[in-house]
Amino acid sequence: MKIIVNGNEVVLDKEVVVKELLDKQKVSMQQYVTVQVYDDIISRDDFEKIALKEGDSVEFLYFMGGGAQ
Amino acid sequence: MSFTNDQLERYSRHIILKEVGVKGQKKLLKSKVLIIGTGGLGAPAAMFLAAAGVGTIGLVDSDNVELSNLQRQIIHLTKDVGKPKVVSGQETINEMNPDVNVVTYQEWVSSANIIGIIKDQDYDFIIDGTDNFPAKFLINDACVLTEKPFSHAGIIRFHGQTMTYVPGQGPCYRCIFKNPPPPDAVPTCKQAGVLGVMGGIIGTIQATEAIKYVLGIGELLTGQLLTYDALDMDFRKIKLPLVKDCPVCGESAKIKELIDYEGAVCELKQN
Repeated sequence: MKIIVNGNEVVLDKEVVVKELLDKQKVSMQQYVTVQVYDDIISRDDFEKIALKEGDSVEFLYFMGGGAQ
Repeated sequence: MSFTNDQLERYSRHIILKEVGVKGQKKLLKSKVLIIGTGGLGAPAAMFLAAAGVGTIGLVDSDNVELSNLQRQIIHLTKDVGKPKVVSGQETINEMNPDVNVVTYQEWVSSANIIGIIKDQDYDFIIDGTDNFPAKFLINDACVLTEKPFSHAGIIRFHGQTMTYVPGQGPCYRCIFKNPPPPDAVPTCKQAGVLGVMGGIIGTIQATEAIKYVLGIGELLTGQLLTYDALDMDFRKIKLPLVKDCPVCGESAKIKELIDYEGAVCELKQN
């Protein structure tokens, strides 16, 4: 199935939950990534529960500091 | 208020724009923008707002200028090393544009002082140019509680992001990012590095948002996170949801007082 991750098409051979997608996309320090699926911010507690569906649009949002200093 | 001949000439490229005009330029001269952090983001933001004729600019920063700042913090010059950043920033702005009144706050923001600083000049718009998450969440919560619009931004390596909060018009920073990451979890800016121009690009977008807000023109980055990847030269706008149960701006918000979080971290490893 195909889903969209940060604007790019990703092809998966089977249905995955959010946690598995983060693993597949090699996202390290996953506890600090905010995951948005369409209009929902997914709670970290649900990363292993929420399954992604064909065509889902997923965004990984990162903490970013920088600026002064 | 009428313009002097010098002002008519100085702002002529603004005044000729139908979206600005004489009326808009007067709005800018009467406007007050607070910039928290006079570093990579705050420096270019302050300089463009000063050049644009924003009448009052507040600068908040407790630090002194270091040599390693000069690769990106363009408001400070080599001769300013060792000087308080707010003093150095004020001197540069004064030389750029005598129309601008610079108010300096040589301190770090905390729950004890941030509301007082925002109310000091009743600022119209706030720019978050800080490097750490305790400050970013503090600024968010203070702006939500005092009903002030602000621009969030972060930069690291070749990446940048920014969003604009306007009370009642979209999500706040906490809607999306909930709580600061643990202080020891991620490398600091110093360890990670940042391309000098990143602050210039993102800080200038923050200044653009402030100007658009003051003028009431265009579409702000409310409900949208603009991300920038300099290596791919890719800008993306991510539509953000309004989170009804947000602890600070939601319908039954639990956070009524400001929180001082521990630690100083500045980024999460990007993939």
